[in-house]
Amino acid sequence: MNWNLFVTELVAGITHGSVYALIALGYSMVYGILKLLNFAHGDIYMVGAFIGFGIVTVFGGAESLSVNVWVLLLVMFLCAMLGGGLLGVLIERFAYRRLRNAPRIAPLITALGVSFFLENAALLLLGGQFQSYDSYGWKGGELWTRGFTLPAGVHVGVAQVIVVAGAVLLMILLTVFVQRTQLGKAMRATSFDREAAAMMGIDVDRVIVATFFIGSALAGAAGVFNGLAYQQVWPYMGFQAGLYAFIAAVVGGIGNLPGAVVGGLVIGLAQSFSIGYISSTFSDAIVFLVLIAVLILRPTGVLGRAAVQKV
Amino acid sequence: MTDEPLLSLESVDTYYGPIHILQGLNLNVRAGELVCLLGGNASGKSTTLKTVLGLVNPRNGTVRFGGEDVTKRSTSYRIRQGMAIVPENRRLFAPMTVLENLQMGAYLHAGGTKEDFDRVYELFPLLHERRAQLAGTLSGGEQQMVAMGRALMAKPKLLLMDEPSMGLAPILVERSFEIIKQVHESGVAMLIVEQNANVSLSIADRGYVLSTGRLVLEGKADDLREDEGLRKAYLGR
Repeated sequence: MNWNLFVTELVAGITHGSVYALIALGYSMVYGILKLLNFAHGDIYMVGAFIGFGIVTVFGGAESLSVNVWVLLLVMFLCAMLGGGLLGVLIERFAYRRLRNAPRIAPLITALGVSFFLENAALLLLGGQFQSYDSYGWKGGELWTRGFTLPAGVHVGVAQVIVVAGAVLLMILLTVFVQRTQLGKAMRATSFDREAAAMMGIDVDRVIVATFFIGSALAGAAGVFNGLAYQQVWPYMGFQAGLYAFIAAVVGGIGNLPGAVVGGLVIGLAQSFSIGYISSTFSDAIVFLVLIAVLILRPTGVLGRAAVQKV
Repeated sequence: MTDEPLLSLESVDTYYGPIHILQGLNLNVRAGELVCLLGGNASGKSTTLKTVLGLVNPRNGTVRFGGEDVTKRSTSYRIRQGMAIVPENRRLFAPMTVLENLQMGAYLHAGGTKEDFDRVYELFPLLHERRAQLAGTLSGGEQQMVAMGRALMAKPKLLLMDEPSMGLAPILVERSFEIIKQVHESGVAMLIVEQNANVSLSIADRGYVLSTGRLVLEGKADDLREDEGLRKAYLGR
């Protein structure tokens, strides 16, 4: 057995999976609270990735950064999360809110429209070519030369550690927020029964706005994580990532937050192992096979529960 | 003491789309009073509560609470001013714990103080025992306690109750109404919507009878119990 290949794909799968998991969390949060598949969610991730790219450019570009790498990263994450979050709030306010009591097909089509709008706006403003974070070039490549070596001789760069550790940190913060804070509990209450939540005096509109902000901020962060580990950004990157994150959310059980994380990792690993062991041509097919298998064996997702209500 | 009622609906018309549900409804509840609202299916009882709480807005008419016109105010605002509801079918947050359900009841009071919890646990010692259990796993009677406890966490001046006896075994209905009486005696005004006219009139001060969105009868609870028409229509005797 080729251990080097195995460990390489394992590391790649976990790194990719962390990014998918972060996007899937936002997908699942919005679905949980509005029962809306927010197809524009992947494009918020794209916008976050471009915000990060813009900041690298502002600070002198990859080859001649004018600031410390850690300061750069901090600014990138803050701006991408804030920008992504605000974009999510704007989309909710102007595209989805007035459709809240419309038949479910209307917001679904609208979500597709918002997605096309964002992709084409990015195409118009930023051009259709691939751009690169080029994180190998930052300050002599310290994010990649430093790191540690796993058994079987696989080198893991600091950049990959940042992606996985950062994603885990954000997931822990989200869990604490949803489990411990009043607003987080109000989110769970609203997602279970919106009218009953309103009957408690919970301002449902505010809770929905907060959900969009947090979910979209996670997508913005995921955009930067992806750029850091895989360099490339371009206007259509949100389509594939959004699709994979959606599959991840369904595989884990949509509306279920731990499920989104599990689903993200499953999809990331399925993708990288099929690239490593079968062919990159078939990796999409393998990912969809995982989805089909889960839907046949466990239609509610790995961690999802069928909605049983005691009356 | 002023004579102004705690809650009053003045010629309220409520519509669902084109359907005229409440038709010129006049109703009031004085501070500390227990009023029941009777009527059959689709008579507009639940809509009345939703109108009081601001979950639906009347097309015409005024809702006054604590002397203030709250017709245009949000549900949150009205709850902050001292309303709370025990909804039909209880509507607990099933995947959340009993404790979290109670905290949601006190959402506008930062999740409730220790005194609020003590007050509710004193009334329902079982809820303290079960506080870490998921609300959806409780029995119907226990869920009813959570729903009442949750409403009381908001320290309401006026407690709205929508069909508290629905889906409960007769013994639990009796127990439920004992608790309602007890809460009422602690000074909370109540507006109770019920199909079970007998048991609600037995503890109420006054009652209203609705039929297809119009008031057909109102009066002291004791008089209503003696009313021939009501008995024929609703008490089944």
